[in-house]
Amino acid sequence: MEIFGIPSQALFGQLLIGLINGSFYALLSLGLAVIFGLLNIINFSHGAQYMLGAFVAYLSLNKLGINYWLSLFITPLVVGATGVLIEKTMLKRLYKLDHLYGLLLTFGLALVIQGVFRNEFGSSGMPYPSPEVFQGVFNLGFMFLPKYRAWVIVVSLVVCLSTWFVIERTKLGAYLRAATENPSLVQAFGINVPRMVTLTYGFGVALAALAGVMAAPIYQVSPMMGADIIIVVFAVVVVGGMGSILGAILTGFGLGLVEGLTKVFYPEASNTVIFVIMTIVLLLKPAGLFGTQK
Amino acid sequence: MPMSNASPTVFKTQSFTQQWVAFAIMVLFFVIAPIWVYPIFLMKVMCFALFACAFNLLLGFGGLLSFGHAMFLGTAGYAAAHAAKVWGWNPEVAVLFATACSAGLALVAGTLAIRRQGIYFAMITLALSQMVYFLYLQTPFTGGEDGIQSVPRGKLFGTFDLSENLAMYIFVLTIFLAGFSLIWRIVHSPFGQILKAIRENQDRAISLGYDTDHFKLLAFVISGALAGTAGATKALVFQLASLTDVHWSMSGEVVLMTLLGGLGTLFGPVVGAAIIVSMQNYLAQFGAWVTIIQGLIFVICVMAFRRGVIGEIANWLKKPL
Amino acid sequence: MKRNLLSLAVAATCAFAGSAQAQISDGIVKIGVLNDMSGLYSDITGQGSVTAAKMAVEDYIKASKSKLKVEVVGADHQNKPDVGSNVARQWYDTEKVDMIADVPTSSVGLAIAKISADKGKLHVNSGSATADLTGKACNANTIHWVYDTWMLANGTGKAIVKSGGDTWFFLTADYAFGHALERDTEEVVVKNGGKVLGKVRTPFPTQDFSSFLLQAQASKAKIIGLANAGGDTTNSIKQAFEFGITKGGQNLAGLLVFLPDVHSLSLEKAQGLMLTETFYWDLNDQTRAWSKKFAAANGGKYPSMVQAGVYSSVIHYLKAVDAAKTDDGTKVAAKMKELPTDDILFGKGVVRADGRKTHPAYLFQVKKPSESKGPYDYYKLVSTIPANEAFRPLSESDCPLVAKK
Repeated sequence: MEIFGIPSQALFGQLLIGLINGSFYALLSLGLAVIFGLLNIINFSHGAQYMLGAFVAYLSLNKLGINYWLSLFITPLVVGATGVLIEKTMLKRLYKLDHLYGLLLTFGLALVIQGVFRNEFGSSGMPYPSPEVFQGVFNLGFMFLPKYRAWVIVVSLVVCLSTWFVIERTKLGAYLRAATENPSLVQAFGINVPRMVTLTYGFGVALAALAGVMAAPIYQVSPMMGADIIIVVFAVVVVGGMGSILGAILTGFGLGLVEGLTKVFYPEASNTVIFVIMTIVLLLKPAGLFGTQK
Repeated sequence: MPMSNASPTVFKTQSFTQQWVAFAIMVLFFVIAPIWVYPIFLMKVMCFALFACAFNLLLGFGGLLSFGHAMFLGTAGYAAAHAAKVWGWNPEVAVLFATACSAGLALVAGTLAIRRQGIYFAMITLALSQMVYFLYLQTPFTGGEDGIQSVPRGKLFGTFDLSENLAMYIFVLTIFLAGFSLIWRIVHSPFGQILKAIRENQDRAISLGYDTDHFKLLAFVISGALAGTAGATKALVFQLASLTDVHWSMSGEVVLMTLLGGLGTLFGPVVGAAIIVSMQNYLAQFGAWVTIIQGLIFVICVMAFRRGVIGEIANWLKKPL
Repeated sequence: MKRNLLSLAVAATCAFAGSAQAQISDGIVKIGVLNDMSGLYSDITGQGSVTAAKMAVEDYIKASKSKLKVEVVGADHQNKPDVGSNVARQWYDTEKVDMIADVPTSSVGLAIAKISADKGKLHVNSGSATADLTGKACNANTIHWVYDTWMLANGTGKAIVKSGGDTWFFLTADYAFGHALERDTEEVVVKNGGKVLGKVRTPFPTQDFSSFLLQAQASKAKIIGLANAGGDTTNSIKQAFEFGITKGGQNLAGLLVFLPDVHSLSLEKAQGLMLTETFYWDLNDQTRAWSKKFAAANGGKYPSMVQAGVYSSVIHYLKAVDAAKTDDGTKVAAKMKELPTDDILFGKGVVRADGRKTHPAYLFQVKKPSESKGPYDYYKLVSTIPANEAFRPLSESDCPLVAKK
């Protein structure tokens, strides 16, 4: 059976791959959406922090013997801690100023982080082995699906949905959202708003690092791995609606699928398609698909 | 709170002697420097200085952060290169044509982007710039990775051969000074005042009856056009138009130059461009260090040096520069 | 200022020393090694090429007892034609560089070739792939060493088709180089009785080839031709392994693969890959001895064919400078074409009128992990293509320097 000229089996294969890529987009944009949605900070160093996650995993494996499973927990904590440090020492002082300064600061930080790693490790990628239990493929009939990639989808869905749940449906999340709307009032209720802000930023960064650890076995661990993906992730967050967690998740997965289809029918445009979508969405619904006008 | 820290409206003295002095120093420098400094390097500085000044018009005076200005630099570069090489046009016509192309692109991009403010505006310009980048990557006329090479400098007005470095230098210097003076004029004009008003408090400007979108769009187009002039001239100086000029990192660099030099000052972008281009030149052999240092400069400028070099000097003099 | 005084002093001393050196500009022969020091090709060229050039200078002066004073400088062009042009211009205009060597990335190579011709200097390219350097973009001041797209297409393409790989699917990097490589290889495949079942243009650069590899798998072509380079090639090979493409019976043909690429991939992923190179460290005793010396000076990394080419081309260049008694670019280029080449790395060869250096090419297949005795022992030789067949014949060249009779 053929759909639009390509066999349906091949199409399912492409869609599945699109879904896998979408998982990465969703994980990454989740962190960015959390940071922007709750803190109004544009975290341009998100890509560099994703790269940091992959590198910390790589280095901890090779120098300290920390395996993949431990890395999944330790790496986001370590990189998240650096995020906390950045927020406490630098970002905090910029809240009184125009938001664009935060963007420029994180942009500068991204350059520094990427430059340092490029200096140390060059531009070619480092190999990172996928864990034993995930080596090999599932034979799905229409394609061989590497087991690790299936794992990626699972992790991404779990993390995304639990984050969304915490922020939108729990008391902690409610405090966070209230603190964004009216920090002084929430502080008057006795909640340590600055600490919450710091930890939220750290959490967003930790999410980026988690995406990096997940990516390490698939893509080359390279200092530039964050640089080009960050622009796409921004587009995803903007399309999803910059304050909306659910918007970022759905758009991330959605983009993966759309990109996957574009690669089949018009591969040359697969890099551009997100930006075209972003422009159209911004023209028709400026706050993004799920965003609310702030 | 708007980004620019230079607020000349506070100053009581309206004499601009210090600006004239600075202008004279700048002209003198660019006229004499070629004796000691490699002229091609100086021409590069002037092109980027004009690019940064054009960008600053939009950000420092207009309060609009565009993260996609590279699309103007690059589009004009390709347009001028194509006109000079394939159609054999004279350099001055090629530069004018390229400026027109940039202005046209700015009109389209501006119309789409002006509807939003702040971060959204920046993101839209970034997205549009990325689309332009990928478009140029694909289309054959740009030569893709190769770029348009062997662009002839041609004969200015049909007589002066610009492959002579001296003639080319005078050409570039003239364009730079003309562009700079135009920006100076705009800043000190009623239009410039309205822009500043919009930057400080857009709602108040609207309530005063100004069609702010119209003014913002005009500023965007002028900024884009002048950025294009810089790009076209650069393509002729180096006889090459390449993808580097449309890549988003170029947009980041012009922000850096303007921030370092001093947002909202007239001479800041020139100084900022000079510093960054010099740094890239002399540290070229250290590869990744250039990126690290640029990042550090960003961080330091944002945290502790928001006024930039010229901004600090202006603050010390208590007069606008 | 100091340098001017120094070179004046040197020139003055040389004037007394003898006419042999009077025509060397500033008394020093300065070689600039321009390549990618921090990016994709830094392992294939990079600092290693500078080392190779310095070794060449040392070895040549020791062997020939030449009185030339030679200096080697290096710079990073970051794979960008504008950066490369800037450096070249500055080198030629203000730093008295006489010859630029290496230059990977075809777009930069083309720019350097033009600038060198405009200024009457010399460019001996070891790193770029485009056959246009000795074709429509050729000039009297540019010489192309080591390899080019024609040789790659004919070496790998022809040999594979003849050995049974007669249906192809191309994964092509969507830029000029990828297109050229695909076009040249397709021509060869068809000419030798094969068929191209399909092709897909992958955006350049791409991290994730899974979708494109699936399309290749669906085509059921026996050979998947990788018309790409650098990170694209290593990524596609890695992911082909991950998705079990080769287990399904299809083979990968790496149209541009270097030894350092195979090293970073590991044999497990790269085994069975067919590729063509013009130098391999384990070919004979001479290459082995030199490569060990090179590795010792290069942090244990074995040479790529490009780095070997820099060594070989610098030696021949210096030979020509001594023979022509000048370092004027155009004259030395002519002399390099006059003198036959014979070096320990590439054997006997010739620099043709169009600037193309010819030497034998070798079709290799990457060993299985079990067949390798140690790091860098990666290739087994499948066949040797003699020098007169390996490169595009002069009769087919569209170089304006070659008079069509």
